Amino acid sequence: MPKVTVDGQEIEVPDGATVLQACELAGKEIPRFCYHERLSIAGNCRMCLVEVKPGPPKPQASCALPATEGQEIRTDTPMVKTAREGVMEFLLINHPLDCPICDQGGECDLQDQSVAYGRGGSRYHENKRAVTEKYMGPLIKTVMTRCIHCTRCVRFSEEIAGVDEIGAVGRGEDMQITTYLEQAAEHELSANVIDLCPVGALTSRPYAFEARPWELKKTLSIDVSDAVGANIRLDSRGREVMRALPRINDDVNEEWISDKARYQVDGLSKRRLDKVFMRVKGGLKPASWDEAFKAIAKAKPGKDIAAIAGDMVDCETMFAAKALLKACGSNLLEGRQTGMDYDVSNLAAVNFNSTFAGIETADAILIVGSYIRWEAPLVNVRLRKAVKRGAKVFVIGAFWDTTYPAHFLGDDLSILGDLPEEVAEAFAKAERPAIIMGGAALARGALGAGLGFAEQFKLVRDGWNGFNVLHFSAARMGGLMLGFAQEGGMKDVVAAKPKVVISLGADEMDFGPFADALKVYIGHHGDKGAHAADIILPGASYAEKDGTYVNTEGRVQFAEKAVFAPGDAREDWTILRALADALGVSVGFDSFAQLQAAMIAEVPALGEEGLADYGALPKADAKAKAEGTIAEYPIKDFYLTNPIARASAVMQRCSAELLHGGDLAEAAE
Amino acid sequence: MADRSPAPDTPELRERWGAFEFTESYRERADKAIARYPEGRQRSAVMPLLDLAQRQVGEETNTQGWLPLPVIEYVADYLDMPVIRVLEVASFYFMYNLKPVGRYHVQVCGTTPCMLRGSDGLFEVCKKRGMSKGHVSEDGLWTLTEVECMGNCATAPMVQINDDNYEDLTPERLDEILDELAAGKQPKTGTQIPGKRTSEPEGGPTTLKEMVDANHDYRKDW
Repeated sequence: MPKVTVDGQEIEVPDGATVLQACELAGKEIPRFCYHERLSIAGNCRMCLVEVKPGPPKPQASCALPATEGQEIRTDTPMVKTAREGVMEFLLINHPLDCPICDQGGECDLQDQSVAYGRGGSRYHENKRAVTEKYMGPLIKTVMTRCIHCTRCVRFSEEIAGVDEIGAVGRGEDMQITTYLEQAAEHELSANVIDLCPVGALTSRPYAFEARPWELKKTLSIDVSDAVGANIRLDSRGREVMRALPRINDDVNEEWISDKARYQVDGLSKRRLDKVFMRVKGGLKPASWDEAFKAIAKAKPGKDIAAIAGDMVDCETMFAAKALLKACGSNLLEGRQTGMDYDVSNLAAVNFNSTFAGIETADAILIVGSYIRWEAPLVNVRLRKAVKRGAKVFVIGAFWDTTYPAHFLGDDLSILGDLPEEVAEAFAKAERPAIIMGGAALARGALGAGLGFAEQFKLVRDGWNGFNVLHFSAARMGGLMLGFAQEGGMKDVVAAKPKVVISLGADEMDFGPFADALKVYIGHHGDKGAHAADIILPGASYAEKDGTYVNTEGRVQFAEKAVFAPGDAREDWTILRALADALGVSVGFDSFAQLQAAMIAEVPALGEEGLADYGALPKADAKAKAEGTIAEYPIKDFYLTNPIARASAVMQRCSAELLHGGDLAEAAE
Repeated sequence: MADRSPAPDTPELRERWGAFEFTESYRERADKAIARYPEGRQRSAVMPLLDLAQRQVGEETNTQGWLPLPVIEYVADYLDMPVIRVLEVASFYFMYNLKPVGRYHVQVCGTTPCMLRGSDGLFEVCKKRGMSKGHVSEDGLWTLTEVECMGNCATAPMVQINDDNYEDLTPERLDEILDELAAGKQPKTGTQIPGKRTSEPEGGPTTLKEMVDANHDYRKDW
């Protein structure tokens, strides 16, 4: 722990800290462009110059200089001030003065720092360099003349995303950031380079010229496009969500979000259900709330009523539905729309127990039936980090590009019970072994065998739980905590022959077996569920209601309402509350606060933000065997997994262009 | 500064170079270069491999050689590394030609010492032969490039043609060299002053004369 002096203030810094970090610990602001906490150190912008003694009598780049015992660091001398002004002046030589038409304006590092550390005027009268635009795909808009060559985007794609697609070609003044032959950046996290770019060189293409940052209302929310529960900020103007940005949460998403989380928001204003619809003679006709409720009451469901939760609903909606069904005398709740029927008697067995931050420290990981890059791109980033630290990764299932070295053992699930010798040895030797079971494995009934594996290799040990199930529905863990699961899954619901089926935004389920039932769809998008429904009650999406979400590691998180739902659409719980009146039953809450209180009274874990405690893993069934092959994964198209994304023009374009090799839409523009 | 963008990726380029592969002897040399680096660090051999690829392209086209995109991709594939990383290297170093060049790549140094010693005259000579900077001459024989200091200031002005340096040039001497090259002969490389071996002073030493025959202790003269 070296002791250094920063501007006369003596502090102790951790071993391996840089001078820049030492200055930050001392509370000094050091301007920087290329340095980023989560990327490797490049040291090429020179903005972080400070004076360091002992050392050469000139300013030094603090980001790349290790802090050592007895250093005397100054950040407030005239030398530092003029050095920063000089660097700033050089950076601005080739930077265009187009701030008024630049989307980065108002949230631009270069703008802010030139105000704070620049010299106020330009002495440069020569021609400025101009660089041609580089096509980087449907998400990233480039204005490369603005680039200051910090190489953050290059380092992100190489180190975090794990795909070397962005590079710096040429040298000196001719250096240009580009993808090879201007191919589109294809990684699921590619748009994070937009946040990383300290200037307006890489900006958001769908959001281009839409709004200025200062006119947007910022709402803290949770992403529902997968089960990671990434912390996001929804920026809205009026009734429209303009964009989604990541919030920093080291336990969940660090500083990144997937492209789907970021860009599905334009789907929030397309294909919306903003009126009540009823099926009349085979066609859906607009109706009034009264008519719809009367029609449901006329069906006289009694206790023959079922509720199916979709992938993106919040816990409050599910609890309201549960309370309604309970008041009717039914318990036909299910959330696993595709018919999975794994055992949920112990939630620890279907939870990501290692936590995302924890899985980074695992040293042997077995992935069973999970296309993690698509099911949870942010977890794949964690696995990449684990591999960088020396973890060995084995995969059972069809091949997918992991972005890190992984050993594919084949797609036959029976391998799980009969591991090749070197794999068994790796796990026997590992100090922190882990297994990740994906949806494909659960669907084929491999959960029991996974638990057997956990017991065999002692995945649960002192301070470590290596048994993980990776879901990809944001509502899954919350639904399971609220009891949205039948023993036999959807089969049991079908067998019970309900008279009324309430679909809470469930779009992936098969409505065929419910042909005789009255199908009520409470949701926000005109998708598969709405097509099959008899009555459509327009609900609110995740951006339009307060709600609690539980991610796949059992982390309870709260999202706030950013905008109002369009048209006649209402927050889901109010619809269910009104439905209770229509059916003549009492659910015991009249306000959102009462609903939440009732929910927390029933499941106390939902009242506390943070990891829920599910207790110990169940004992494995010694007879459990995994069989079958995983030739394909449940997600067929990363960009179109939910109704919001399917309605989003941006996601459709991504799907067509990046996954299905469509013509570059730009060519037609 | 020369345009360092790679030659456009056209169907013709793909057709001509898509099937590029190292020949037996080049493969041997490439593998030898790779073997210099420890296991897992094969990428370090990217520079020698690009050079070898350029030379093979040169042999096939009877020019100094250049690096078409499919060849860059082949090298990336050979070293199992991302193409963009290879392109970064290829576009960084001026010794890799990203566009077709002529039989002889005439690189005239125009930096201060050479300029003071008359490099402008050398450009004149080149111009008279139909060369223009950055282009291949009509007969396919020459490509002229103005380069920055090549480290031969003691024997300025100098020209590098393919792998050889020609130093202590005058317009007439360069003319002769180019004539010989055009005739398919190999001119004398290095300094062009008769009797001079390398970069020693013309007409014998001018300083430290006592050192010529034996070691001399100058300290008492200081």
